[in-house]
Amino acid sequence: MQYVLICITIMAVTTYLIRMIPFAFFRKKITNRHIKSFLYYIPYTVLSAMTMPSVFYATGDIPSAAVGTAVAVILAYKKCSLIVVALCATLAAYLTMLILPCFT
Amino acid sequence: MKEFWRGIRHGISIALGYLSVSFSFGIMAVQSGLTIWQTVLISVTNLTSAGQVAGVGLIAAHASYFELLLAEVVINIRYALMSLALSQKTHKSFHLPQRLLASFGITDEIFAVSSIQPTQIKPMYLYGMILIAFLGWVSGTYLGAAAGTLLPQSIANALNISLYGMFLAIIIPPARQSRGILIAVLISAILSILLYDFAEFISAGFAMIICAVIAALVAAYFFPVDDNDNEQEE
Repeated sequence: MQYVLICITIMAVTTYLIRMIPFAFFRKKITNRHIKSFLYYIPYTVLSAMTMPSVFYATGDIPSAAVGTAVAVILAYKKCSLIVVALCATLAAYLTMLILPCFT
Repeated sequence: MKEFWRGIRHGISIALGYLSVSFSFGIMAVQSGLTIWQTVLISVTNLTSAGQVAGVGLIAAHASYFELLLAEVVINIRYALMSLALSQKTHKSFHLPQRLLASFGITDEIFAVSSIQPTQIKPMYLYGMILIAFLGWVSGTYLGAAAGTLLPQSIANALNISLYGMFLAIIIPPARQSRGILIAVLISAILSILLYDFAEFISAGFAMIICAVIAALVAAYFFPVDDNDNEQEE
């Protein structure tokens, strides 16, 4: 119980300070090209590492997760909005769960 | 007040998107063993997707405080860059108190919408956008956490994939445009899969940090970003 509250505090304070310090106190631009490039790529590599391979275990069975992932990748590739991709992936995974047992 | 309502209008689509994503977050957090109120407290105090998902995963795994701190820093470091970029676009009516307040709500989507505005940003505009997005995020979390246990298990399971769907929708379109992002994303994904299969002794939080940092270093070395490219991120 106490462990969870301390964890939530750590998450909240860290997240706030990271947003606040540059916005409130830092006015100069970062000029080092390599640091800038590293920071530029970090959001994408973080999301990628969080998604793979966890997405395949997200629904509890791999076939439905794989179908949901495939739908998400195709729609994201076609530049559909975040909410469309998220909902269609969910729907595809759900339908797979319903339909697949009929064939096995 | 006009600026405030303009912010609200610009934030409505963000709030709707947040509603569905935070709904899945609520379900996931309760399934991981948190109570409804702990889950809502996380959304109220954090207002971020990736950091919250990783945090809940680490809490469920009884990670150390240091591991949690490090994971949150690495995951959220992108906000430092966004805050920095946004701070150069602020109206002169932004003084320290306004900056302390508004910086709480700099999320990927709020940064994306506000940073493409043609004019300088006023505090009331950001407040409006943050308020509506915050309400969407928190109410979606509560609904997911409270209703998640009422939903049939198969629907709750299927909803778990929606957050990842959102992550894919964030990374894939820019990866089409930029070779550097594509390589970075692929390296990170491959490393993450390898670590998951072959290095189970590394905890999930550290594995994510290792993959993200190595992939970003490689991409930064081989595909350094030009000055004018920098504005395009997000």
